[in-house]
Amino acid sequence: MKTLVWVEHDNASVKDATLAAVTAASKLGEVHLLVAGKGCAGVADEAAKIAGVGKVHLADDAAYEHALAENVAPLIVELMSHHDAFIAPATSHGKNIAPRVAALLDVMQISDILSVESEDTFTRPTYAGNAIATVQSKDAKKVITVRGTAFDKAATSGGSGSVEAVSSTGEAGTSRFVGAEIVKLERPELTSAKIIVSGGRALKDAETFQSTIYPLADKLGAAVGASRAAVDAGYAPNDYQVGQTGKIVAPEVYVAVGISGAIQHLAGMKDSKTIIAINKDEDAPIFQVADIGLVGDLFKIVPELTEKL
Amino acid sequence: MKLLVPIKRVIDYNVKPRVKADGSGVDLANVKMSMNPFDEIAVEEALRLREKGVASEVVVVSIGPAKAQETLRTGLAMGADRAILIQTDDEVEPLGVAKLLAKVQEEEQAGLIILGKQAIDDDSNQTGQMLAALLGRPQGTFASKVEVSGDAVAVTREVDGGLETVSLTLPAIVTTDLRLNEPRYASLPNIMKAKSKPLATKTPADYGVDVSPRLATLKVVEPPKRSAGVKVADVDELVAKLKAMGVAA
Ligand SMILES: Cc1cc2nc3c(=O)[nH]c(=O)nc-3n(C[C@H](O)[C@H](O)[C@H](O)COP(=O)(O)OP(=O)(O)OC[C@H]3O[C@@H](n4cnc5c(N)ncnc54)[C@H](O)[C@@H]3O)c2cc1C
Ligand SMILES: Nc1ncnc2c1ncn2[C@@H]1O[C@H](COP(=O)(O)O)[C@@H](O)[C@H]1O
Repeated sequence: MKTLVWVEHDNASVKDATLAAVTAASKLGEVHLLVAGKGCAGVADEAAKIAGVGKVHLADDAAYEHALAENVAPLIVELMSHHDAFIAPATSHGKNIAPRVAALLDVMQISDILSVESEDTFTRPTYAGNAIATVQSKDAKKVITVRGTAFDKAATSGGSGSVEAVSSTGEAGTSRFVGAEIVKLERPELTSAKIIVSGGRALKDAETFQSTIYPLADKLGAAVGASRAAVDAGYAPNDYQVGQTGKIVAPEVYVAVGISGAIQHLAGMKDSKTIIAINKDEDAPIFQVADIGLVGDLFKIVPELTEKL
Repeated sequence: MKLLVPIKRVIDYNVKPRVKADGSGVDLANVKMSMNPFDEIAVEEALRLREKGVASEVVVVSIGPAKAQETLRTGLAMGADRAILIQTDDEVEPLGVAKLLAKVQEEEQAGLIILGKQAIDDDSNQTGQMLAALLGRPQGTFASKVEVSGDAVAVTREVDGGLETVSLTLPAIVTTDLRLNEPRYASLPNIMKAKSKPLATKTPADYGVDVSPRLATLKVVEPPKRSAGVKVADVDELVAKLKAMGVAA
């Protein structure tokens, strides 16, 4: 099988999420990549070095600068005339583009796969990860998104793919990028961090969240996450949300501070290697998944912990 | 302008799903079912656009069993004007749903179609994007803000890293994220009023759409269980554990 993987990038470098998608694709056979963007030739060269990569298709055009699905999907559909499967990481961009491709190909997408069982059979989580389904696709071509935490990252060196320019399919003319507010992170990124400290509704307000959670995260060299309740209340930016409908994470250590452990939150973090929970309610559901629990007031515990580390 | 809001009847988000012992799926017998939470947000957004005078009519549509009528009545009680049920007892995948919705749109010619970003049962996150593809229209997924002006809609999207705004030419497809709004509750008088609002019942065959599944579910299992952990008595004990794990020096 020949699989086309959509490379997530910022027109400067390959994003990590791509690497898990490449690993999933390599389980199906030959791996080709698509780098679509503007002024992204450097990204294509970088992508060609990813271990196991064959061809890298480079589509360099203003139409692809912001990865608008209306523009990118027709390009992918064209390339799919000589590929058997399309794979994207299950990131916000991947999830935006892949179903559009699937519908244009008249294929039912397999979302957020956890494993490749065979060329046409995959496992995927449903019901907030409470049910793992094994599904078999009857479609001639496969369209798949990949859960980043479920696959190892492909090595970023050792590959010797060839870069081949493909011509642009142009602007669809129905959508326009207006602008973005991207939060500049001083800490590790959530989905690739080894340690995450997450805060919940108990953190009271944005200021308390920052003055309580951030120093602990900094001591541990950790990324910061949040529950939906904390994000809704404006304690933390939207893309800090961990859960069924937010980010899926699986770090070495996940520290849940003042988070009750609703199924929607657990869905996003219960594959973490070690879970530590700090909560004043000893019956909080989070303790059912925690490896180490500490019952008590976070406003006493967290500063003390930060100091003693 | 007309607004079309597809809503799905799903397991209530407060219920913990249980996998059936025979591995055939999730047990939904005697389980509380509700409107998909993201679809409540979609209905709310449509109602606000109508209240602002941007839209004149809100039509809710659901594909599902006869009981999905209840979900549509909930949408009508929130304030939608009329409802369409495309009735089937078979499970229809997002591709099939999108094809049916594309046919509904042919008839309704809505200016904006607002869906949820994700159904909390199949967790597919596909239908809106597929519908946009089938209609050849632009999509604003994971919306946290929607502003219609003239023949365009500006959609602020929740993306990895922050927020992004796109401008789409109408008709367009929007899918909702959690921060778009807080859905209203239906008041008792409105629940009563909803009973007499129009609800049309159709079948997939009426639209001539083949909705046979493309994916076969071979089995459904529970995820691996985490073994119960330990409780530590105080911060010192926690620090010792972290040191033993090599997390702290
Ligand atoms: C469609 C949908 C999607 C959702 N998606 C997500 C998602 O992706 N991610 C997510 O997280 N949620 C999601 N949710 C929300 C989820 O259902 C919960 O409402 C949410 O996770 C609760 O957040 P919380 O644990 O911070 O708040 P709460 O449930 O209010 O818990 C606060 C906890 O803090 C503890 N506490 C209070 N004060 C202190 C103190 N001083 N010291 C120590 N502990 C204290 C309390 O004992 C309690 O356990 C979703 C919900 C819906 C309907
Ligand atoms: N059977 C259905 N009936 C009506 N709307 C649906 C149905 N299935 C999905 N949708 C819509 O599509 C959105 C995304 O669903 P999904 O792609 O299944 O995650 C939902 O939030 C609904 O708005």
